[in-house]
Amino acid sequence: MVPQFLIDIKDFISQPWPWWVAGLMIALVMFILLYFGKEFGISANLRIMCAADGAGEFSDFFKFDWQSQGWNLMVALGAMFGGYLASHYFLSPDGDIAHVSAATVASLQELGIQAELGKVPLVPDFYSWESLFTLRGLIIIVLGGFLVGFGARYAGGCTSGHAISGLSALQLPSLIAVIGFFLGGLFMTHLIFPILF
Amino acid sequence: MKISRYIFVGILLGVTLYKAEAVSWFRIYEMFHFQSFHMYGIIFTAIIAGIGIVQLIKRTHMKSTEGKEIVFHPKDHSVPRYLIGGFIFGLGWALAGVCPGPMFILLGSGYTVFVVFLASAMFGTFAYGLLRSKLPH
Repeated sequence: MVPQFLIDIKDFISQPWPWWVAGLMIALVMFILLYFGKEFGISANLRIMCAADGAGEFSDFFKFDWQSQGWNLMVALGAMFGGYLASHYFLSPDGDIAHVSAATVASLQELGIQAELGKVPLVPDFYSWESLFTLRGLIIIVLGGFLVGFGARYAGGCTSGHAISGLSALQLPSLIAVIGFFLGGLFMTHLIFPILF
Repeated sequence: MKISRYIFVGILLGVTLYKAEAVSWFRIYEMFHFQSFHMYGIIFTAIIAGIGIVQLIKRTHMKSTEGKEIVFHPKDHSVPRYLIGGFIFGLGWALAGVCPGPMFILLGSGYTVFVVFLASAMFGTFAYGLLRSKLPH
């Protein structure tokens, strides 16, 4: 028999987490990494993986001591484990749902995406192997990945490196980068999505 | 090696972003439509707590577990690099609904097609490495 208090803890964790809990946890992750003498930045892993795959033969940008950055790959590996744990053991009572607002559901329907309040899945159906064989799925997965990888390195960081670490340290360059993130995101969402969907 | 502790940090990050739905394409869509406070709440809470943490570290001259004082490296000052690079990143963030953290998290939660996304992102980083000297910074 599993003790009742463990089941209570599991149920507690399984609720959808409010924004302020998530915000505090992300700050805690940043603090732990600083305390270990490291910096929080997930997209650096893409550069490390390129370097580990021998990209240094093609560009000096990948000639650096990537072995010393193995800790960051472990953070990425841990994030994968975390995703596995959350999706297999700590699922919300109502399932794998994104609890988006009624206004969002309405604007999704306007765009032609099927959505029902309280039943919007966490991950949209175009994240499947089958959708790689559709033009839209291919654009989202392949072009989306490329833009994220290219832009993150060009800007010198992603959401974790600039929006969280950089802004916490009151870095002006990070503020410029985050403004860029939002300009790009707004452009895509409001001007490209009506064509794509 | 002291390396396994980073796995636990990653697990904390992964569970947090999954349980707060920050890995959801729909949440990112909602954010860029300003239709909910949720994502802004996450980011603003993290930054406000983060500012407090950074100030505390600086004022107490806190040492890391490696025995050295924790230092913050100021980023190079420039505009085009951050604005253009950020804009391109933003296009991808909105299109795919994931940034690099959620990419790993969703791959781990069983959406194996993110292997293709990860390969594309690596290729994007590789392309940047090749073109870097020709791009405005």
